[in-house]
Amino acid sequence: MNRRQFLITTGLFSASSLVALGSHGWISRTPAAKVNPKRLIVIFLRGGVDGLNVVVPYREPAYYQARPKISIPQPGEKGGVLDLDGQFGLHPALAPLMPLWQQRSLAFIHNCGSPDPTRSHFEAQHYMEIGIPGATTTQDGWMNRLLAVMSERNPIQAVNIGGTTPQILSGSIPVASLGKGRNPMRRLPTDRPKVGAAFDRLYSGNDPLSQAYREGKIARAELMKNLAAEMEMANNGAPLPKGFSLDTQRLGRLMARDPKIQMAFFALGGWDTHVNQGATKGNLARKLQHLGNGLVALQKGLGSVYKQTTILVISEFGRTVRENGNRGTDHGHGNVMWVLGGAIRGSQVYGKWSGLEKSQLYQGRDLAVTTDFRDAIASVLDKQMGLTQQQIGTVFPKYTPQQKIPLV
Amino acid sequence: MNKKNIGWTISLIVWLGTIYPSYGAKPADPKVLHVINRLSFGPRGDDVAKVQAMGVKKYIQQQLTPKSIPESPGLVKQISQWKTLQQTPAEIFRYSKLVSKNLPPEMVEARKKYIRQVKREAVAARLLRATQSNRQLQEVMVDFWYNHFNVYGNKGLTRLWVGTYEQQAIRPYVLGNFRDLLGATARHPAMLFYLDNWRNRAAKRKGRGGKVRKVLGLNENYARELMELHTLGVNGGYTQADVISLAKIFTGWGFPRRPRQAISGYSFYFNPQRHDFNDKVFLNRKILGTGIQEGEKALDMLAKNPATARHISYKLAQYFVADDPPKRLTKKLTKDFLDTNGNIRAVLKTLFNSREFWQKKYFHTKFKTPYQYVVSSIRATDTSVNNWQSISRTLRRQGMPVYGCFTPDGYKNTQEAWLNPEAINKRLSFATALAAGRFRKKIVTDNPQKPRRQPVNTIALTNTIGNRFSQNTKQAMDMAPPKLRAAIILSSQEFMYK
Repeated sequence: MNRRQFLITTGLFSASSLVALGSHGWISRTPAAKVNPKRLIVIFLRGGVDGLNVVVPYREPAYYQARPKISIPQPGEKGGVLDLDGQFGLHPALAPLMPLWQQRSLAFIHNCGSPDPTRSHFEAQHYMEIGIPGATTTQDGWMNRLLAVMSERNPIQAVNIGGTTPQILSGSIPVASLGKGRNPMRRLPTDRPKVGAAFDRLYSGNDPLSQAYREGKIARAELMKNLAAEMEMANNGAPLPKGFSLDTQRLGRLMARDPKIQMAFFALGGWDTHVNQGATKGNLARKLQHLGNGLVALQKGLGSVYKQTTILVISEFGRTVRENGNRGTDHGHGNVMWVLGGAIRGSQVYGKWSGLEKSQLYQGRDLAVTTDFRDAIASVLDKQMGLTQQQIGTVFPKYTPQQKIPLV
Repeated sequence: MNKKNIGWTISLIVWLGTIYPSYGAKPADPKVLHVINRLSFGPRGDDVAKVQAMGVKKYIQQQLTPKSIPESPGLVKQISQWKTLQQTPAEIFRYSKLVSKNLPPEMVEARKKYIRQVKREAVAARLLRATQSNRQLQEVMVDFWYNHFNVYGNKGLTRLWVGTYEQQAIRPYVLGNFRDLLGATARHPAMLFYLDNWRNRAAKRKGRGGKVRKVLGLNENYARELMELHTLGVNGGYTQADVISLAKIFTGWGFPRRPRQAISGYSFYFNPQRHDFNDKVFLNRKILGTGIQEGEKALDMLAKNPATARHISYKLAQYFVADDPPKRLTKKLTKDFLDTNGNIRAVLKTLFNSREFWQKKYFHTKFKTPYQYVVSSIRATDTSVNNWQSISRTLRRQGMPVYGCFTPDGYKNTQEAWLNPEAINKRLSFATALAAGRFRKKIVTDNPQKPRRQPVNTIALTNTIGNRFSQNTKQAMDMAPPKLRAAIILSSQEFMYK
């Protein structure tokens, strides 16, 4: 039975019950579905973040040799990195994340990335989003396949933050969407009662078009309802954060409020630092600060739900080890993946560190990949989300996991 | 029309006649609507009456010979004014060149502006033709073949070249011979760049200052997609060894890197020095290492292969008849494709005259792609678009930007790919805006300071699209506030499907 058939047979989408929409809780009238309490949030840093300046291998002389102008000093020095484990240090702009590291709910996987050699943003992002490096025809994203596997059958199971549905969430399972900024639900013509009523009449049948319309409407009503309650709460106290933190805090609160929202996706741009990347301060530092604050806001927003949540921060590739002539870095290969969550074994930098000597680099210039990004994600899906090997095989087809990362 | 067809046509008219809208003209003949819906991007103006008058057969025949149809002078004039459309890949590259450093900032700005203009004009021309050309089947086939030989317009140099790729490699051949089309795409710099064949070269040893190292030059990307997507199909009976052989056959197919030294910069160029002159075995046949002729020979073999005929026939039947096309029809088309040596016009003629194409059960069952939906809406409402960029944006929002399909397999055209809640929300927003006249020039009325929007005329719209609605749609229309009726029509089953 597919998702739509389920919704029809349970009567969720019958024409008569549509009238109830708006005034009453809609989903509460449906049979209580068993809800998987685990949550997954993926944050994609588009443009290729410079992982070597995020989790800095400060013991490596080669790091400082390759980056005379943009390296981050050793711990204890002025503007130095925040020591993580005696080998790696965190960029000082990410200081707000240190408490999470100390509470063992933040970990990193270094030398992580895609086995595909491409250095094109589009290709690398595409492969990471469909979860099949090198594939040229599959067009659904791995998060959508994950939705199909989890099949909780609710229209707000996954929420995309932003405009168009990204590749990673595209596929046969519908996904709800929420905007950014002060007004996250852009008004639709159908929000006006008269217009809505006219379209409700048009789409009152049991045909696929009518069903899709009603599914969209239910998802929207659910999110609006949660949002209205959330806004009331938010306006009732401290001033709202700005930018990314506003969006992440709201997302966290929505997920805490409504257990039906199990997955969310966020994309954040501006990491393609070819020119004047900066070091302790500068372009990259500013971006990292926003991101760090946003992650803390997300964690706070999630509240007690954070215990069951895993947050992955990924990016399509890392950047060159050597700085370029414009005090920036160019497209590279291996990178660092960030993992946050209440149930993870944090306070560790995972992944086999390959070193920065020329002979140790990928094609003589980039950080090598020793952990396939799918291994890292599969470890979370396995232990944290409770998926079987077969289900993981559906999320990442044509792939045999190489190693298990003891993240959870 | 045979007797049987007349019989069911009449019975259908009688049956549908009971659902007679309170306003507008008599409902159109369902066969007329079907043929217009499938051979064009939907009816515009009085198309339905015209086809009714000339007869379905004549309409098909006309559309299959686009040169016999006069093009509107306004359209021709507008297209000729978009200068970048007339330029070759080499010219475009030259004008857009940003490589020379130390340019004064205003020059850099001018070149950036030019690059944007190239893409904007290509998109505008595509949309203008799709919405306004009288040669509708030609435009439908441009959509079909562009997707079949897709080039993503945002990978390096392709952002300059997708427009010329359509003008030079797709457009002239959409109803011609498949082998010609295949050859034109194989040699176009946009395809050579997109699928990396310009990097594809023979492996060799390179020496410099006493050091000798092996350069691995083979790039299989184009060779693989050429068989999997353009010709044989994924189960078309080739092996990985064939992919490697074909990649070797195409070594040296590219364009000169440095146009200054080039014979003809940034047009097709076969570089013998990059070619692998060893003999190859391809699809169980020996190919002697003779140079550029090997590639032409391979294209011949692929074009003639029955697997290619099946693959193309299936895709045509899916595009024109049903998401899951009838096997009998695919077989018939395959035979025709082989018998005529890949004559696209002949295959389409068979398709449009087939029993399957005319089966009632397929009428109004193809869910429009966002592109088909937006184009058909503009046509049905007779909107003369004020600003094509706004249409381009709405297509992007609906997930189907022009020249924006990332993967080489092109956009899908099935209901499964496009019907989902988010997509419907976006369609409704577009339909409501279009119905309110948002994409048109405002008109000046009594107060010249405040030009008004021109909403779509509901009666004209119902007449244009044939005035044939289900009871449910009719009720929804009747009960809707008058201002909303056009939006309701554009959102109806009858209009979302074709």
